[in-house]
Amino acid sequence: MKKVFTYLKPYSLRMFFGFTIKVLGTFMDLGLPWVLAYIIDEIIPKQKVSFILWWGVVMIALSIGARTFNIIANRMAARVARNTIETLRHDLFQKILSLSGTQLDHFTVPSLETRMTSDTYNIHNMIGMMQRIGVRAPIILIGGIVITSTLEPVLTLVLIGVMPFLAIVVYLVSKKGIPLYTGLQLSTDRLIRVVRENITGIRVIKALSKTSYEKKRFSDRNDEVVSKELKAGTTMAITNPVMNLLLNIGLTLVVIVGAFRVDAGASQPGKIVALLSYFAIMLQAVMAITRIFVIFSKASASASRIAEVLNTEEDLKTQQIDRVDSDYHIEFHHVSFAYTSEPCITDIHFGIKKGESLGIIGSTGSGKTTLIHLLMRFYDVTEGKIMLEGKDIKSIDKQELRRRFGIAFQNDALFADRVYENISLGRELPIHRVKEATEDAQAAEFISQLEKELDFKLAIKGSNLSGGQKQRLLVSRALAGEPEILILDDSSSALDYKTDSLLRKAIRENYKDTTSIIIAQRISSVMKLDHILVIEDGQMAGYGTHEELLKNCEVYQEIYQSQLMS
Amino acid sequence: MPVNTNTGRRKLSEKTDKPRDTRFVLKRLWLYIYQYKWLLALAIILTIASNMFALIGPMLSGYAIDAIEPGKGFVVFKTVFYYSAWMIGFYIVSSILSYILSVMMIRLTQKIVRKMREDVFTKLVELPVSYFDRNQAGDIISKISYDIDTINTSLSTDVVQICASVITVVGSLIMMIVISPQLVLVMLVTIPLSLLYTRYMAKKVRPLFRRRSAKLGELNGFVEEMVSGQKTIKAYAAENTVVERFDKINKETVDAYYTAEYYGSMTGPTVNFINNLSLSLITVFGAILYLNRAMTLGNISSFVQYSRKFSGPINEVANIISELQSAAAAAERVFKLIDEQPESPDRDEAKELNSVKGDVVIEGVTFGYLPDKVIIKNLFLHAKPGSLTAIVGPTGGGKTTIINLLMRFYDVWEGKILVDGTETRDLTRESLRKAYAMVLQDTWLFAGTIFDNIAYGKEDATMEEVVAAAKMAGIHSYIKRLPMGYDTIVNEDGLNISKGQKQLLTIARAMLLDAKMLILDEATSNVDTRTEIKIQKAMRKLMEEKTCFVIAHRLSTIQGADNILVIDQGNVVEQGTHKELMEQKGFYYKLYNSQFE
Repeated sequence: MKKVFTYLKPYSLRMFFGFTIKVLGTFMDLGLPWVLAYIIDEIIPKQKVSFILWWGVVMIALSIGARTFNIIANRMAARVARNTIETLRHDLFQKILSLSGTQLDHFTVPSLETRMTSDTYNIHNMIGMMQRIGVRAPIILIGGIVITSTLEPVLTLVLIGVMPFLAIVVYLVSKKGIPLYTGLQLSTDRLIRVVRENITGIRVIKALSKTSYEKKRFSDRNDEVVSKELKAGTTMAITNPVMNLLLNIGLTLVVIVGAFRVDAGASQPGKIVALLSYFAIMLQAVMAITRIFVIFSKASASASRIAEVLNTEEDLKTQQIDRVDSDYHIEFHHVSFAYTSEPCITDIHFGIKKGESLGIIGSTGSGKTTLIHLLMRFYDVTEGKIMLEGKDIKSIDKQELRRRFGIAFQNDALFADRVYENISLGRELPIHRVKEATEDAQAAEFISQLEKELDFKLAIKGSNLSGGQKQRLLVSRALAGEPEILILDDSSSALDYKTDSLLRKAIRENYKDTTSIIIAQRISSVMKLDHILVIEDGQMAGYGTHEELLKNCEVYQEIYQSQLMS
Repeated sequence: MPVNTNTGRRKLSEKTDKPRDTRFVLKRLWLYIYQYKWLLALAIILTIASNMFALIGPMLSGYAIDAIEPGKGFVVFKTVFYYSAWMIGFYIVSSILSYILSVMMIRLTQKIVRKMREDVFTKLVELPVSYFDRNQAGDIISKISYDIDTINTSLSTDVVQICASVITVVGSLIMMIVISPQLVLVMLVTIPLSLLYTRYMAKKVRPLFRRRSAKLGELNGFVEEMVSGQKTIKAYAAENTVVERFDKINKETVDAYYTAEYYGSMTGPTVNFINNLSLSLITVFGAILYLNRAMTLGNISSFVQYSRKFSGPINEVANIISELQSAAAAAERVFKLIDEQPESPDRDEAKELNSVKGDVVIEGVTFGYLPDKVIIKNLFLHAKPGSLTAIVGPTGGGKTTIINLLMRFYDVWEGKILVDGTETRDLTRESLRKAYAMVLQDTWLFAGTIFDNIAYGKEDATMEEVVAAAKMAGIHSYIKRLPMGYDTIVNEDGLNISKGQKQLLTIARAMLLDAKMLILDEATSNVDTRTEIKIQKAMRKLMEEKTCFVIAHRLSTIQGADNILVIDQGNVVEQGTHKELMEQKGFYYKLYNSQFE
C-alpha cells in the first residue's frame, strides 16, 4: 500500500484542497442539528414564529452549501483517482516491459496480466471511495465531536469514550481480514488459469471430448474460491454489527448521563436531542466505513501485488566495460548459462565477422534459441561473455543493443493491427522499405491478395492468416529495418521448400552487409552459410562449414543422413 | 473480426451494442436468486426482525427524554433507567441478528456466484470453436472474473443493504406517522423529490457505467496482447511505441471511469441535501407544533431520529445505486456470453458412431469462414479404412480447413461428409470426435502433471500405458530426467519445456487413444529431423490400421500416401499417388523438386 500512496503524493495539494472543501461541506451537514438544538433551547422559549422561520432559512442555506461543496470535493477526488491510476498503470506497464527473462519467468505472464488489470482496478476503486466516503466518515466523527463539545462537553466525552473501542474493532478485523483476501486472490488466479487453458486449448478439448472433465476441473477451483470468499466475507461482516452496537450503547449512555446533567441544571433537554441526532449521523458514517473496509482490504492485497512488480530491481543493468580489439562482429567467448541450477548452455565459443552468415543446427531443446536470448540480452550469461565488435553487450544500452537486430522468433507475436504496423512495429519505416522487405520475405504476393493489402487488419494473434503467411510476415518484420544483424529462428518451418529457397536467395543477394544468424532444422537451410554451429545438449558438437562438418562432425553427419534418407 | 460464422452461410446477427432492457437483466439475475428462495425468505425475515428491534430504539429514547424534559431537579430517573435498559437490550439483539443476516447473505450470494461462474464456464466449453477465433482471451476472462466479481460484491453487500433499507424506511415512516401525522406531511415534499432525482440519475449514469466496463475490457485485451508478445516488443526496442499506445487506451479507460464517477458522485450529496431539507422543515414545523403544544420535546427528538433513519438508507441507496449500475452492466456482459449460440445441438435422430471402420467420404463440399469468401469449392475425396491421405500445398492454401470440417469444428455449406456411410451431421459430435486422434501444430498442455497431460484423452489410463506411450513417442528418457518424473507439473508458460518436447508429449497423448482415424496437422514441424527419425517407428505404429489425414510440407514424409491432395488457393489442383503426380509433372512435381534446389 505504501508504494501506491507515493503515487498520490503529487496530488497531495489538490487532495488537501479537496479535503478542505469536503470538511466545509461536511460541517455544513453537521451544522443542522446544532441549529435544531438552538431552536429548541433558545428560540422556542421566545415564542416567536418569525425567528423560527428565519433559522429554518439558515438550515436550508446550510443544506445547499453542503451539497455544492460535497459535489465539488467528490469530483476533485474522482480526478485525483483518475490521474493516479493513469500514472500507476503507465509505470506498471512500462516496468513489465522492462522485466528481464528471469523476472518474467518468476512472475509468469498471466499473473502479470491480472496485476495490470483487475489489481489496478481495485486500487482505482479504493482511491475514489477513500476520498469520497472514507474521508467523509472520519470528518463526521471528528466534526461531530467538535460541534457537540461546543454544545455539551461532558456528554461529548461519552461519545469520545466509544471511539477507542471502534478503533480496536477496525484494527482487529482488518488484521485478520487482509491475509484472507490475499489467499482468496491466489485461488482466483488458479481459477482464471483453468479458464485460460480452456480458451487456448479449446480444439484439443473438443477433439478429445473432455468437456465434462474440464467442467469438473473448473468446478473444483470454483468451490475453492467460494469457500475462501466465504471465510473472508464472514470475518469482515463482524465489523458492521459490532460498531453499530458500540455506538448505540454510547447513545443510551448519553441519555442516562444527560438525565443527570439536566437534573443538576448543567444542561438542557434540547442539547440531548441534538446529541442524539448527531449520533444518528455518526452511525451512518460508521456504516459507510465498514463498506470501505472491504474495498480497502481487497485493494491492499492488490497494492502489494503491484508493488512487488514495481519494486523489482532492474537486473540487467548496463555496466561499464572497456572495449577490446576484435576482428569479429559477433563473438561468444566461453559462454555458459543456466535458467535454474541445471546448466543449459555450456562453453559456447565462436566468432563471426561482419557480413558473414552463421547457421545453428541441433535437436529440439538443445539450446539454440537460448543462444539468441543471450545475444539479445534477455538473460545474462552465467559465465563467459558475448561481444559485439569487441564490446561486451553488458556495456551497451539494452534498447540500443536490440535496435541493431532484426529478428523473427519461432512462433513470434503478431498483433491485432494493420499489416504495416506489424512489420514496422513502431519504427515508422517508410512504405517502400516495408514493401521491399515483404518481397524479400516472399510475403508480397499474399499481401497483395489481401483486402487493403498493407492496411489489412490482422485478427488477434494473426489468426486470420495461415502459419506460413504468419512466418513470412515475421521475416518481413526482421528484414524491414535493414538490420546490422539478422536472426531467423526457425522462421521457415511452415514454408514449403520452394518458398524457403527463394527466401534464402533474396537474403543472400539483397542483404550482403548484414551479418545473419539462421537457426534451422533442415540442413538445406544452412548448408550454404559461411559457418555452421552444431549444438547438442547445450554444447558445441561442431563448428565449421558444411563440407568440414560432413567430414568431422558425427552429429552433423547423422542429421544429414536423416534428411537425405527421407 | 475475421471469422464469424459457425453454422454455414447463415448471416450473423448484427452485433448490437444497444443496451438491453434493464428489467430484462434484473429478471435474469432474479432467476438466479430465486433458486435459493427459502434462504432468501429467511434472510428477509431476519432483516425485518433485526431492523424492527433497531427501530424501537428512538421511540424508547423519546420516552426517556420526555422524562428528562421537566428540567432541573425534576428528572424522573426511574423512567429514564427503565427505558435505557430496554434500549440496550434491543440493540444487542438487533446486532446479533444483523450479523447472522450478513453471514447468511454472503452464503447466499456465494451460492449464486458459484452457479453463475459454473454457467458461464459450461457455456464457454460448449461454444463453437469460431467463438474463440474471434474473441480475445482477455475479454472472455474479464467476464468470468471481473464482471462476476462486480455482481458478487453488489449482491452480497447491496442486497442486504437494500432489504434493510426498505424495512427501515417503511418502519420509520410508520413510527413517524404514529408520533405526528401532521409533521409527516413534510415528507410529501421530500420523498417525491428524492425518488425523481434517483430515477433521473439512474437513467443518465447507466450508459456511462456500461462504457466504463467496455473500456476496461478493451484495456485488458490490449494488455494481454502486449504482455504475451513482449519478447518481440523488446527485440525491436518498440517499448516506447507500445507504451504510447497503451497510454492512449489507458487514458480512455480512466476517463470513462471518471465520467461515470463525475455523475455518479453527485447522487450522494444530492440525496443528502434532500434529507437536510426535510430536517430543516421538520425543525421549523416541529418547533411551531411544539409551541402549539401539539408535540412534546421527546416527540421531536424521536421524530428527528426517525427521519434520519428514514433518509439514511435512501442516502445509502444512492451510493449503492452506482454499484448496482456497474453490476447490471457487468451482468449484461455475462448474460451475453451465456446467451451465445452454442454449437448447434446434435440432431434428434443423431446416432453414436460405434465400432468405427474409418471410411471417410467427402462429397462435393463447399465451405468458407466468411460468408462471401469460399475457401473450399466442391471437394470430392474418398479415404478408405486404413488408408493415408496427405494434404499438401503452399502455405495458406486451406489445408487446415479440411481438418476443421472433418472434426466438425465448422459445418459445411454445401455437400456432405460421410463416415462409414453415415453423414457426419447425423452423428453425435462427441462420438465423431472421439473417433479421431489428433496431433496439431499448436501444442497444448495444461497446468497439471506430465502424467495427466499424456493421459488426458483416456480417462482410466494406467501408469504402464502412459510410460509405454511416452517411450514410443521418444520422450520417456527426457521425462525421467525431470525432477519429479511423470509427476512434474507442467507450467503453463514454462520455459522448462521446449516446443519440440511439448509436441512429443502431445504425440504420446494421441498414442494412448484407440481412435480409428488420425489427423496429423504438421505434427512434427517442431521436431528436428533426427528426433523425427527416432520416433518414426512410433509414428508408423500410431498410424497403423488407421485412416490417416496428414498435413505436411516435408514432402518426404508422405511419399507413401495412398492419396495425395494438392491444394493451392483453396482448390484441389491435383489428386493421386506420389508416382502418379510425379508423372503428371504438374504443380506437385514442381513443389517436390523445389526442396532440392
